[in-house]
Amino acid sequence: MTEQTPAGDAGWFAGVERDDTDAAAAAIREGRADAPADWPERALDAGFAADADDYYDALHEATVAATRRAVREAESADDRQLVHAIRAMDDLASTTNELAERVAEWGGTLDDEPGTGVAYARDLAARDPETAAEERVVSLAARVVALADERDAEREFLERTVSTVAPNLASMAGPVLAARLIELAGGLESLAKMPSGTVQVLGAEDALFAHLRGNAPSPKHGVIYTHEYVRGTHPDERGSAARALAGKLTIGARIDHYAGDYRPEVEAELDERIETIRARRDDGGAK
Amino acid sequence: MSDDDPDLPAGVARRDFGDGPALATRGESVYGEPTGDGWRRWDPHRSKLGATIEKGLDTGLSADASVLYLGAANGTTVSHVADVAGPTYAVEFAPRSARDLLGVCDTRSNLFPLLKDARKPETYAHVVEADLDVLVQDVATRGQARVAVENARFLADDGRLVLAVKARSEDVTAAPEAVFDEALADLREAYDVLARTPLEPYHDDHLAVVATPR
Ligand SMILES: C[S@@+](CC[C@H](N)C(=O)[O-])C[C@H]1O[C@@H](n2cnc3c(N)ncnc32)[C@H](O)[C@@H]1O
Repeated sequence: MTEQTPAGDAGWFAGVERDDTDAAAAAIREGRADAPADWPERALDAGFAADADDYYDALHEATVAATRRAVREAESADDRQLVHAIRAMDDLASTTNELAERVAEWGGTLDDEPGTGVAYARDLAARDPETAAEERVVSLAARVVALADERDAEREFLERTVSTVAPNLASMAGPVLAARLIELAGGLESLAKMPSGTVQVLGAEDALFAHLRGNAPSPKHGVIYTHEYVRGTHPDERGSAARALAGKLTIGARIDHYAGDYRPEVEAELDERIETIRARRDDGGAK
Repeated sequence: MSDDDPDLPAGVARRDFGDGPALATRGESVYGEPTGDGWRRWDPHRSKLGATIEKGLDTGLSADASVLYLGAANGTTVSHVADVAGPTYAVEFAPRSARDLLGVCDTRSNLFPLLKDARKPETYAHVVEADLDVLVQDVATRGQARVAVENARFLADDGRLVLAVKARSEDVTAAPEAVFDEALADLREAYDVLARTPLEPYHDDHLAVVATPR
């Protein structure tokens, strides 16, 4: 019995050692059988488990491990969706702005009270064109509005996805910065494997290379600069703030990738740390 | 326990959480439900099985019953089942939901999560044991009766199927009655229907069916 491969009519425990959770989880995920059987009894007969309680304990461990792994794999595929979504959002944003400018410029020649941006395009798109030229402007404005709506939908998708893919990172960094970091790293797994010093300067590659070539100071922060904890900290302390933030974001990305549960204490530690850094400045009174 | 109610499965009681008697089981809290004295409320509005019990159908759920639960989602209902029953196998195919379900399993050693497709029982027949007492199904997708028929292989001869049929999963335009009739007809391929009831006022357009393998 024990030498059976998990095929045909063998249970998940066939050929698996009682304490080998990896093998058991793999058997749960990959095995199959046409019909169920009295697996608990068969496992006892095969010497896999000592008694029924022992069997069910092993089954619990194996099914939880198998499901945890399968969930993680499925969700790590989601982080790739995230990368595409944030790139699409960027493309939409720049195209929208470019065309909105065109609309404003063109609209200005036909309109007594021209405006700017997407708001103006929205305004124009709702009008009834009277001339052939107006027809073109109004139609173009409608495209701008549609692109802007798509950009917003992309962002909404991103916000929803990132908080399930990376709950800790998303809650500390905010959804857009979290997605941006995942994109720059090339996925959540690569982000989780980066030293925090690298995370700190992600997105500042140009400045970093200039520094390595010897013609610039080393950059203190990359995209994490957009975070209020860096931007809103006094310039003298920004380096410390960026280091502290990058440290906690790295820990968050690791928990997200390896465990997946949300741990509010990491975020609380970050808040505290930033408070301390900012207090140094306030207490010192200098500047 | 002083709360024995002859109409309720052992392990399920009516307790007062501040607004009159309500179904309850004993176990670790899962979704912020009211708790007291080790009991936690089983809200029939959030659980079709809870509603089925509330409507007085005999589901076959009992202490130590072995159970296969199809469509476990984030574990709201199956957590109560595992509080009451013995070995409880929980099948769910959405990873997002299964992640939450894992949290529910942490405190319930008799609950076994399986990230599997209920339409493919051969992918979990090497794990789920034969001769189960209860098969609970709440998948809310097309072909619900077929799923129940495919999974009849897990039930003991005197086991029970407790099925929630959702009218709108089959056909958004058809009248619920027509959908229910068709589902019942499909079920008869493998089951004898013992009882059924609409789940109003707890769940609209849902029919609960209790059946046994034929
Ligand atoms: C209405 S919800 C179940 C709610 C749950 N029974 C409760 O009361 O807590 C339906 C669930 O069935 C799952 N589902 C749908 N089709 C499925 C299938 N073929 N295999 C496994 N799960 C499925 C869905 O992902 C969803 O989580």
